[in-house]
Amino acid sequence: MTTVSWSGEPGTSRGPGPFLSVRDLSVEFSTEDGVVHAVDGLSFDLEKGTTLGIVGESGSGKSVTNLAILGLHDPAHTQIGGEIWLEDRELITADRATMEKLRGDRVAMIFQDPLTALSPFHTIGRQIGEVYRKHRGASKKEARDRAVEMLRRVGIPQPEVRVDHYPHEFSGGMRQRAMIAMALVCDPDLLIADEPTTALDVTVQAQILDLLKDLQQQFGTSIILITHDLGVVANTADDVLVMYAGRAAERGTVREVLREPRHPYTWGLLSSMPRLNSSVDVPLKPVRGTPPSLLNPPSGCPFHPRCDYPRLAGPELCFGQRPDVSPETGHGDACYLTLEQKRELRTTQASDQTEAQIDARTEDGA
Amino acid sequence: MNETLLELKGLVKHFPVRGGTLIKRQVGAVHAVDGIDLAVGEGETVGLVGESGCGKSTTGRLAARLLEPTSGEILYRGRNIAHSSRRELKPIRPEIQMIFQDPYSSLNPRQTVGTIIRGPMEVNDIDPPGGRRRRVQELLEIVGLNPEHYNRFPHEFSGGQRQRIGIARALALDPKLIIADEPVSALDVSIQAQVVNLLQELQRELGIAFLFIAHDLAVVRHFSQRVAVMYLGKIVEIGDRASIYERPRHPYTHALLSAVPEPDMSSEPRERIRLAGDVPSPINPPSGCRFRTRCWKAQDKCAEEVPPLVRLSGNREGHLTACHFPEAPTTQGEDVVLDPALA
Amino acid sequence: MTSFLVRRILGALMILLIISAVTFYLFYAVPRDPARAFCGKICPPETLQLVRHNLGMDEPLFVQYWHWLVGIFAGRELVQFGDCPAPCLGYSFATQEPVFGAIVDRFPVTLSLTFGASIVILAFGIITGMIAAWKVGQPLDKIASASSVIGASLQIYFVGPLLAFYLVDTMQLIPRPSYVPVTEDPVGWFTHLLLPWVVLSIIFTANYTRMTRSQMVEQLAEDYVRTARAKGMSNRAVFFRFAWRGAMIPIVTIFGVDLATLLGGAIITEQTFTLHGIGELAVRAVQNNDLPMLLGVTIVGAAMIVILNIVVDVLYAFIDPRVRLT
Ligand SMILES: Nc1ncnc2c1ncn2[C@@H]1O[C@H](COP(=O)(O)OP(=O)(O)OP(=O)(O)O)[C@@H](O)[C@H]1O
Ligand SMILES: Nc1ncnc2c1ncn2[C@@H]1O[C@H](COP(=O)(O)OP(=O)(O)OP(=O)(O)O)[C@@H](O)[C@H]1O
Ligand code: SF4
Ligand SMILES: [Mg+2]
Ligand SMILES: [Mg+2]
Repeated sequence: MTTVSWSGEPGTSRGPGPFLSVRDLSVEFSTEDGVVHAVDGLSFDLEKGTTLGIVGESGSGKSVTNLAILGLHDPAHTQIGGEIWLEDRELITADRATMEKLRGDRVAMIFQDPLTALSPFHTIGRQIGEVYRKHRGASKKEARDRAVEMLRRVGIPQPEVRVDHYPHEFSGGMRQRAMIAMALVCDPDLLIADEPTTALDVTVQAQILDLLKDLQQQFGTSIILITHDLGVVANTADDVLVMYAGRAAERGTVREVLREPRHPYTWGLLSSMPRLNSSVDVPLKPVRGTPPSLLNPPSGCPFHPRCDYPRLAGPELCFGQRPDVSPETGHGDACYLTLEQKRELRTTQASDQTEAQIDARTEDGA
Repeated sequence: MNETLLELKGLVKHFPVRGGTLIKRQVGAVHAVDGIDLAVGEGETVGLVGESGCGKSTTGRLAARLLEPTSGEILYRGRNIAHSSRRELKPIRPEIQMIFQDPYSSLNPRQTVGTIIRGPMEVNDIDPPGGRRRRVQELLEIVGLNPEHYNRFPHEFSGGQRQRIGIARALALDPKLIIADEPVSALDVSIQAQVVNLLQELQRELGIAFLFIAHDLAVVRHFSQRVAVMYLGKIVEIGDRASIYERPRHPYTHALLSAVPEPDMSSEPRERIRLAGDVPSPINPPSGCRFRTRCWKAQDKCAEEVPPLVRLSGNREGHLTACHFPEAPTTQGEDVVLDPALA
Repeated sequence: MTSFLVRRILGALMILLIISAVTFYLFYAVPRDPARAFCGKICPPETLQLVRHNLGMDEPLFVQYWHWLVGIFAGRELVQFGDCPAPCLGYSFATQEPVFGAIVDRFPVTLSLTFGASIVILAFGIITGMIAAWKVGQPLDKIASASSVIGASLQIYFVGPLLAFYLVDTMQLIPRPSYVPVTEDPVGWFTHLLLPWVVLSIIFTANYTRMTRSQMVEQLAEDYVRTARAKGMSNRAVFFRFAWRGAMIPIVTIFGVDLATLLGGAIITEQTFTLHGIGELAVRAVQNNDLPMLLGVTIVGAAMIVILNIVVDVLYAFIDPRVRLT
């Protein structure tokens, strides 16, 4: 049994080439109202055996990005540009048969709401076994045995009995475990978990996140963990990608991004979250304004309408020209403020916070 | 503490479960709320946390008298309204308002914002000085919306704005107590922060008392002076904020707190408690202490005796815990992992 | 399951009882006296009284109804017509044949008609709907959708004779519709009923095409279908192994509701093709003010709908494991 705290172990080891490499990805939907630029020029890498957390507010393009990796968008209404390399294979241009072979076998996905994401008409065992039969050509019997084994692996009690149950006979946490079992049945190299715990209670969420970490340690799976909860990322991921309006706002290791956040949007995300140890007398500092329209994305930096610092960074830049993520590798962000300015702003913010924390302690200790 | 506004005493709500072959008869009951005592003072915020299905919403609906309790008392300003008739409740209704979780479904999509917010005034025949329209525009301003939004429809607003409309509606009658049932759970963090700040402002400036229901412990901590932790229809621990978050005694409170993921890279890794399984069914709650099926400290006594909600030695006044074998009063402890998949 | 069936059958009997009582009552609300028909052209009041007595119509309404009910289970003795063994639905005032016998004679016709038409409706409706959904937005989909609109606007008494004229008279492709007992000549049964089936199903099929298509399209957008895709299932597997079941649930439900309408359509179809089914009996009974026959037909028709609805519920549970028959 492992009780190692993952938060202390950022992914430092880097292999030869990245395992998954997304380059300049764009996804556009044609709708009645116009073209939705759901993802626009997004690039990131994922190393073998590590976890990348993707965070961002609702509508920032997290799911759309990952559905693109699996090729699950409806081609009739979707324009996809850029490149997605899984080791030495490009996925956007891959044909349908290739993608079907890849999905569920080498790349698997877990969805947010395990109740609607499982077929209500088939037993859990069949839904798990099916994947095994499809990709491994197993017999019905073998598939069933495998399903039982998988259910046991994800900690479902009495797997021999449970394998014949339907999803509605499972509790929320058990359903999510079954989803994980289904995703892992072919020992995939890449697991995409789209908000795997959002629909669950905190204690069950903790179980599921532990399970994912454990399975990753055993099988060396690479994981993309989509969430809007920075806390979840801190506990589970090695690297983080902060998305805003379909683009990368900031990326780096968990430690880098959470300890030295550089992008004003990341600051906003962090300061709007109440903490278990923050001061309760200081109001939360939400990002003001509302999420941008993806039909008419703002010019320049997409965050500028909600940002406090365009004047400092140079309005002609912020309003006029889109910032790229820089530096190209390592801890990077897409903002025109200089590193110096960012550090300064962050220190003032942090000292505000520490003061607040000290206040909180004295108040509570009284 | 200020004067008590609302007091729940031994409150019970059971929902019948029907079954049977030919004739439907009651075969059991969902013990949604099973004997809770809780008081909310004037201008005070009491947080109610717990996992899905533990009876938080039911408690809230009972407190607003949208449901009639199976037994127990609901005292509003000292008067028992547990079984009051509609007519008897009429003068009290305006004073107790509810805000709901889902800002999308709790607003009628065919009504304008003005009509929605005016609704409670019309139902209760209230004519504010200056007219209803003026009052609605005032309320819109209070919740940070533009008074010109009067004639717009809910679908033209974002989630956070819709929640503000819901709040404006709850404020329409100058309530003394607002029961907020997961008012921010469906919102993004930054919008959630906006709404929490707004509620906090309202509380400070208008002196409204809140029963604040949520499952996010950090949000509850931020907004509530006192916090009650529920498990399977019962309050297992209640106390002021500092007691609950810094010196919790009930194992379940410990587990809940340690399950909260925090985006904190600087501090030491916290104690790690992983409960096994889910909350048991409220139709057949475990005997004795309801938490015993998931508790690492459970002994025979826990199955036999229901632990009373009492002040343990070393606890502050008003910090009550229902546990036979409470934890030491600290959040630093050993790792406990009960999850079979991880063992 | 057993308890479900017992409960449903008891419920069904309850419904039938209510329907028969209401029909009984309504008949008497009509200001026409069936006794007059028996009495002859010149009808002195005493004779009329006697006829009434012989018909059992001089007793209070509820007593008559009670006799009628008892007759079904125990048989009864009728002054006018003599012995009537159980199950006795009385004798027709108009033709003086036993109602039960008349219905039993004609039942196979109507049953064949409805049964065959149901198969045609479901088979064609679902298949074309599936094709349309499979090829959403493509020409085949448009054709299927357009033809379903046309189909839905047609009328039996218009299409019936028209098709009969072309297929039977002009082209002589199929025989003139009539009823050949299926036990004697299955092929003849089939060919002779083919036209009525098609005609009766045209308006319904269109509806089912549309429903199947929209239900399939809806199901294909469901989360669990996306999961199936994410597992590497091919489009075909997703379509035929996953989505169809979800789509069938509302279809089966609607079909249960449509059964009554279908029976109504069967009556019109029988009229159109002069088939001697229960529909014909019903129409005649109404024309002749023939209470026993009317009651009998109503009860049998209602029983059929009620029983088929139970079948539909069982089917429903079969498709959707979340439904428990309790
Ligand atoms: N099929 C589609 N057609 C049109 N627009 C779409 C489609 N799918 C997604 N979008 C839009 O693309 C944007 C990004 O959506 P996406 O689902 O990736 O957000 P997300 O970051 O996953 O948000 P959430 O946290 O709410 O899941 C949204 O504005 C959404 O409305
Ligand atoms: N009208 C009802 N009839 C039967 N059972 C009910 C009814 N309303 C609630 N329950 C049950 O009572 C229990 C408590 O429900 P309640 O909604 O109060 O929980 P909750 O703590 O608000 O949960 P959540 O966090 O999921 O909102 C649940 O098991 C629920 O299924
Ligand atoms: S680039 Fe400008 S607008 Fe964008 S986040 Fe940085 S300072 Fe703000
Ligand atoms: Mg998403
Ligand atoms: Mg609730």
